[in-house]
Amino acid sequence: MTIEITQVRDAAPAASVRRTAVAASPVGIVADIGNVFARELMPVLRNPASVLFAMVQPLVFLALFAPLLPETPTGSALQWFVPGIVSMTALMSASFTGANLSEEIVSGSFERLLVSPVRRSALLIGKSLREMVPLVLQTLVIVLAVAPFAFDVHVVGIVGGIVVLVPFSVGLGALSLALAVAAKDQAWVFWTVQQTAIFPLLLLAGVLLPLDGAPGWLQTAADLNPLRYIVDAERALFAGDYPMDTIAAGLAGSVIVGVLGLWIGVRAMNRAS
Amino acid sequence: MRNHEKKPVIRTVGLTRHYTRNKQTIEAGRGLDLEIAPGELVAFLGPNGAGKSTTLRMLTTLIAPTAGTAEVAGYDVTRDRAAVRRSIGYVGQGNAAGHQYRGRDELFSQARAHGLSRRDARSRTDELLDAFDLTEHADRPVSRLSGGQRRRLDVAIGLVQEPAILFLDEPSTGLDPQNRVNLQEQVRRLNAKLGTTIVLTTHYLEEADALAGRVIVIDHGRTIADDTAAALKSSLGDLVSLEFGSAAHAMAGAAGADRIPGAHVTVTDTVVSVRAPFGRDAAPGLVADLAAAGTPVTRLEVVGPTLDDVFLNLTGRSLRESNETASAVDAADIAGDQNEGAAA
Ligand SMILES: Nc1ncnc2c1ncn2[C@@H]1O[C@H](COP(=O)(O)OP(=O)(O)OP(=O)(O)O)[C@@H](O)[C@H]1O
Ligand SMILES: [Mg+2]
Repeated sequence: MTIEITQVRDAAPAASVRRTAVAASPVGIVADIGNVFARELMPVLRNPASVLFAMVQPLVFLALFAPLLPETPTGSALQWFVPGIVSMTALMSASFTGANLSEEIVSGSFERLLVSPVRRSALLIGKSLREMVPLVLQTLVIVLAVAPFAFDVHVVGIVGGIVVLVPFSVGLGALSLALAVAAKDQAWVFWTVQQTAIFPLLLLAGVLLPLDGAPGWLQTAADLNPLRYIVDAERALFAGDYPMDTIAAGLAGSVIVGVLGLWIGVRAMNRAS
Repeated sequence: MRNHEKKPVIRTVGLTRHYTRNKQTIEAGRGLDLEIAPGELVAFLGPNGAGKSTTLRMLTTLIAPTAGTAEVAGYDVTRDRAAVRRSIGYVGQGNAAGHQYRGRDELFSQARAHGLSRRDARSRTDELLDAFDLTEHADRPVSRLSGGQRRRLDVAIGLVQEPAILFLDEPSTGLDPQNRVNLQEQVRRLNAKLGTTIVLTTHYLEEADALAGRVIVIDHGRTIADDTAAALKSSLGDLVSLEFGSAAHAMAGAAGADRIPGAHVTVTDTVVSVRAPFGRDAAPGLVADLAAAGTPVTRLEVVGPTLDDVFLNLTGRSLRESNETASAVDAADIAGDQNEGAAA
């Protein structure tokens, strides 16, 4: 028989006490936003294909609708349809942003961010700015998918189209985050509101069908929809036309959504618990 | 620095929090008065729903008190939230690491959020992964870690910036015994080497005893005891169970056990149960004496007091009863709902 004699040891590595002698320093708001943005990009960087999930619906629409489009005297119907699909993808993707936050609220990681010294406004802005990344990637995927068909690629117009969509995407992302914060751990509230909100926005923007023959009340409702002006601007830009009034109206609609979204989002985030 | 030695680093006055649920008011915190000095290691001990998390969430600025005030690191938790947040670390009851992220990335981003340079953030990340045995799990999505691995990651994230004040809400939930010991070691070191003030919650008197100098027992949103674990325990004593070869031996054993100071002895068939302060110290002598007297003990068990014992002693209710009163309300709710359903 052997008897093992053990001693009480200082076994655990002393890592709760830092070996690297560094002091945490105050972080400015720009660095705060940068840190939040960098964290948001991590899942995309680690798994780039995840960006494509929000695109399933628009790509299905593209595949099933495009063959049904009639030839128009003014040119290819695809040329008319694609900018709408790009806008729709931006709408879908940005409106889903809050779903990630909902998940973080339920799992507890959002609580950790709320207690950290990161400014609440930076939390909201950093998360919203993330929307630029899927916007660019998704637009490129759509353009590449349709380029072999009856679709002219106007690089300047496409870049302009993306620029016009950026404030809209960021603002809508912020609204989606605000919704998730308001829904708290009841994720179903988020989904119900999100699903209810996007389809009227989509249909009243003339994305799938032209609004030309619509009755008066529908026209009025569409006139109040900022996405409608954005889609018109996208159509002009993607066609390589640059009518200033249409583009300015689109940009204005986009900036209004951006500013309003960020304002509401920051307010919601400041009150988050 | 706004706080000097001795001045409490956490102070609450009448801290109260109500929740409204189904038009009913739940008093999760009922006028807590607390003072915690710099460098103290304090455990909040209490049953489910006692209000431990609610109190921590008020102290960490996550929720606003319904009434009363609290100061943490010299700053008011409602007026000076940003300053409080800069002074504290917090490990909540949920997961600190986002499930879609990787452990390494989450540690790194937390370090960056606290203003560490990229280089320092990277080395601090490696250090913590090593300390919590997580290095080999660091590059997988958090959703694919085991419960205990995830919990270790949560605690590691809370320690990134070596906060002056650290709040841990049930840090040891889901940890195996070895990791539990490692966690306790990390917490003690942080407290001893850096003088970090630590407030943690637990359901286990053993853990409170192993870790904390001071134990605050919370029940229904109120402090019902505030003492050292040793004092809470010694007033209760250990439970010593002695088994004998026959009922006659057991009677002789009971008579012997009754001579231990403060002993409360019960006999069931061939088993003698002795509840006595310092029972574990008295047991070896008793066993030897009984063997010498020809009534040998055939089996011996010594159990220290549990949360349940402390609770029973303090409130006259066992935890089970306490939980039953709590869930009786819920059950009444449900019954009410069903009746309404039947009536409709
Ligand atoms: N958001 C909320 N809405 C309504 N009631 C709540 C909410 N959060 C907590 N409560 C109630 O407040 C009481 C105290 O809850 P708390 O989470 O503080 O308990 P605890 O001591 O941390 O319990 P546990 O040991 O189970 O973690 C409970 O009755 C709980 O149901
Ligand atoms: Mg709790």
